[in-house]
Amino acid sequence: MRDWEVVIGLEIHAQLATMSKIFSGSATAYGAPPNTQANLVDLAYPGVLPVLNARAVQMAVKFGLAVDATVARRSVFARKNYFYPDLPKGYQISQYELPVVARGTLKVMLDDGVVKTIGITRAHLEEDAGKSLHEGLANASGIDLNRAGTPLLEIVSEPDMRSAKEAVAYMKKVHTLVRYLEICDGNMQEGSFRCDANVSVRPKGEEKLGTRAEIKNLNSFRFVEKAIQYEIARQVELIESGGKVVQETRLYDSDKDETRSMRSKEEANDYRYFPDPDLLPVEIDEKFIEAVRLTLPELPDQKAARFAKDFGLSAYDAGVLSASRELGAYFEAVVAGLKAGHAKLAANWVMGELSSALNRDNVDIEHSRVNPVQLIGLLNRIVDETISGKIAKDVFEAMWSEGKPADAIIEAKGLRQITDAGAIEGVIDAVMAANPKQLADYRSGKDKLFGFFVGQVMKATEGKANPAQLNELLKKKLGGGGHA
Amino acid sequence: MHNLFIGELAERLKKRQISSVELTRHFLSRIERLNPALNAFITLTAEQALADAAAADARLQAGERGPLLGIPLIHKDIFCTDGVKTSCGSRMLDNFVAPYDATVVARFKAAGTVMLGKSNMDEFAMGSSNETSYYGPVKNPWDISKVPGGSSGGSAAATAARLAPFATGTDTGGSIRQPAALTGVTGLKPTYGRVSRYGMIAFASSLDQAGVFARSAADAAAALQIMAGFDARDSTSVDVPVPDYSKDLGSPLKGLKIGLLREFFDGLEPRNAALIEDALNIYTGLGAETREVSLPHLPLSVPTYYVVAPAECSSNLSRFDGVRFGYRCENPKDLLDLYKRSRGEGFGAEVKRRIMTGTYVLSAGYFDAYYLKAQKARRLITNDFRSAFEKVDLVISPTTPTPAFDIGAKMNDPVLMYLNDIYTIGANLAGLPGVSVPCGFVDDLPMGLQLIGPHFGEAKLLNAAHQYQQATDWHRHAPRGYE
Amino acid sequence: MSLTRQDVEKIAHLARLSITDQEMPVYVSSLSSIVTFVDELSRSDTEGVLPMAHPLDGQHQRLRADAVSETDNHEKYQRNAPSVTAGLYVVPRVIE
Repeated sequence: MRDWEVVIGLEIHAQLATMSKIFSGSATAYGAPPNTQANLVDLAYPGVLPVLNARAVQMAVKFGLAVDATVARRSVFARKNYFYPDLPKGYQISQYELPVVARGTLKVMLDDGVVKTIGITRAHLEEDAGKSLHEGLANASGIDLNRAGTPLLEIVSEPDMRSAKEAVAYMKKVHTLVRYLEICDGNMQEGSFRCDANVSVRPKGEEKLGTRAEIKNLNSFRFVEKAIQYEIARQVELIESGGKVVQETRLYDSDKDETRSMRSKEEANDYRYFPDPDLLPVEIDEKFIEAVRLTLPELPDQKAARFAKDFGLSAYDAGVLSASRELGAYFEAVVAGLKAGHAKLAANWVMGELSSALNRDNVDIEHSRVNPVQLIGLLNRIVDETISGKIAKDVFEAMWSEGKPADAIIEAKGLRQITDAGAIEGVIDAVMAANPKQLADYRSGKDKLFGFFVGQVMKATEGKANPAQLNELLKKKLGGGGHA
Repeated sequence: MHNLFIGELAERLKKRQISSVELTRHFLSRIERLNPALNAFITLTAEQALADAAAADARLQAGERGPLLGIPLIHKDIFCTDGVKTSCGSRMLDNFVAPYDATVVARFKAAGTVMLGKSNMDEFAMGSSNETSYYGPVKNPWDISKVPGGSSGGSAAATAARLAPFATGTDTGGSIRQPAALTGVTGLKPTYGRVSRYGMIAFASSLDQAGVFARSAADAAAALQIMAGFDARDSTSVDVPVPDYSKDLGSPLKGLKIGLLREFFDGLEPRNAALIEDALNIYTGLGAETREVSLPHLPLSVPTYYVVAPAECSSNLSRFDGVRFGYRCENPKDLLDLYKRSRGEGFGAEVKRRIMTGTYVLSAGYFDAYYLKAQKARRLITNDFRSAFEKVDLVISPTTPTPAFDIGAKMNDPVLMYLNDIYTIGANLAGLPGVSVPCGFVDDLPMGLQLIGPHFGEAKLLNAAHQYQQATDWHRHAPRGYE
Repeated sequence: MSLTRQDVEKIAHLARLSITDQEMPVYVSSLSSIVTFVDELSRSDTEGVLPMAHPLDGQHQRLRADAVSETDNHEKYQRNAPSVTAGLYVVPRVIE
């Protein structure tokens, strides 16, 4: 068994969030009835001509600036010729030799906290194709061209990734970035963000690249990871049993968790690229680029660095909290509402309870049922020790489901922490009296029973005893060999 | 009436000596009588024409004036006309009714013209003889056994036969100038980008340009005035002001430098050469100076064109696939069959030849040797013209090597057919404006003289053509039976 | 340069054109003569010359403002369609 190295490159297609299509004035809104957003240009009627959408170019340049790439002063649209029913012209207007964005880089934090720089070979503008639908049509397909002509930014990475996890981390980072830049809504279910993965293997230490297979149209992070894992295993097994990897296009079947060869693309396509004579070279000057640069928001890495520095967060936590502009904004709003020095508390709650609730109910942060002001209200009650952290979790759940502020719930459910030392002592005394055996065992050395007493006091106080005070008082009262 | 020029017709309309409806009826009846022998039309729009004429009359009655208001015209069937069949001379679009107007069509409509119908043409504008049309060949009114030239053969023949005062055409490698020469009319191809291509079914996008057939340079100027101008829907449309083309028609030619292209005169047939000599004498008589200029790369223009044009058209015609409009084969057994038979049956032989040539020259392994090479040759040819225009104002040549040839004579040899374009193609490759005017007869068939100008030099071109037509009367000759 | 029947079949397939057995020899011969003709280009010296994709040098692409300018006209446009069901253009089954 040899040691294998995996080489992965990703081609990401991000639908640009323009209002109209890249070469026509049709709307790009998702979900319209079939062919109601396809005009003569989109339908490739005889005699029509493309005219380039300025905002698509601005968005491409914005991306280029965000990945420190060279923005081409002159770029050219080329025709990629092939026949497919969802491609009305019989060619796709894309970019070939002179893309609008050339080499750039993106820093990606991996699971273990290591930061890896992934190269971006290029990013270019092109138009999306329509859709083929098969349900309800016997032996036929129905073509909907609403999507035909939607602008895409194709982002091609260098083959720098060495595992499925690295690939997913990169894909997530790109996803975060395009949403930060507001150039793509990143909605994978709607197809706004799609990924093709190029996967090959080679013996460790070998410099030459192995033959690669391309897995097309992966539209979730999970599928990307599983598809790549399957493909790696497939290729290794194939080679180890004496076979050869064929350069081909494959599809991932998520039901069967396997990749399979695409029948219709078995023959190598000769795309016969040539510069589109209907479009002139796109010239981008300094003025244009500077105008776009002014629209750049604080980028994810910049925000993460700021969080780490200003709020003393770990790189990892800062990374999680800056995964989206909305999450970062929420977090900052909460920090701002708390007294200085409680950023970590805010971080823990946003990454913990809040994120769990959002995930559980499949809600995005903009529609969170607890807004920053409300969360501030809750966290302040922890800070001022009105309630314990543990009780706060229950309050949060109640806030989430009832939509009420923290104070109202604390009041209504009588959840105030007990901080009266006398009251706590009283409960401790009662518990000690009720459990003489455990008391004796503890005093004779069974330290672990400290937890038992904590639990009993908490039970008796419905969890409202202030934990710190409880600990201190319990220690005193139990005395002897007790320690917490 | 049908021998009057546009200016004269406009005058009579203005003075209400005739109405647009009368004028239209006159041409419609001529068409009914004379077109069957010529086959110059694919679609006649008589009813709509009369309605448009009545509308024009109302505008005239209300005091409105316009150089083309109420004037009938014919559109080459390559221009999309809303609600009217637009076939491009092909079975592929035999059932196609355009849902919109080409910009050229819309501009003429706004100017108040009256469309008599759509003219016959070589299929998808590919041809130099109008013999590849699905609707049968067009005959030359000077001799119906001869071709009228192509691809705008129908518009040329109809204009020569006085079936309309003027007609639109398109010119990719000579498709206006060459048929104009063979039918004894004036044909103008403007500078690339001068006239919008939106709505003009594309053949070779970097070469196609809309233009006009008329019986005089002055008429062509009036038509160009309406056609020319920036169109935001065409990315290759140039935003350059449109001059008043009629204003400078009368400018004297004193000091105009005319270049004789040496490459054109080598091996020119003696009778053709003699006509050009006569024309040059006329020009020197008018005060112009002639001198020789050389375009050393010009001999490359035909092979260059026959790489570039097929390459572009092979891609432009991919949209004809039987899916959203146009011809669809019967009972396709699968998707591949749908494509192959719809296209195989919908397109004629010349179109298929060019699509395949284009596919070949763009294909992997051949791209550099053919397409890229041709694009380099194109630059060399364009540079040659640029240098020439530093020394002269216009260049002159015959429009065609010979007068009209027999129908069927060249159909079996595509290369022989391609060599018809030898004088005209250079202007398309370089995007230059060109005009052909009648300059005499050889074997009782008309011959044309071609003038090529620098970019956006249409005014100078039309002025030179107009002055020539003031000094000669070749352009007034009508074919026998059509006077 | 002479093209073989196989060459022409490959090109015809790329271009999605059906050519009958009868027509094939005619196309092989006419395409061969066309390619021979354009081979003349290979004899020209184009060293150091930049290719020219557009006839007007120095022009660059105009940019259009990002605005929706179209309304739904699918009924009008689909009048020309050979086969439409529920607003979809129908073709033989597309196999992925």
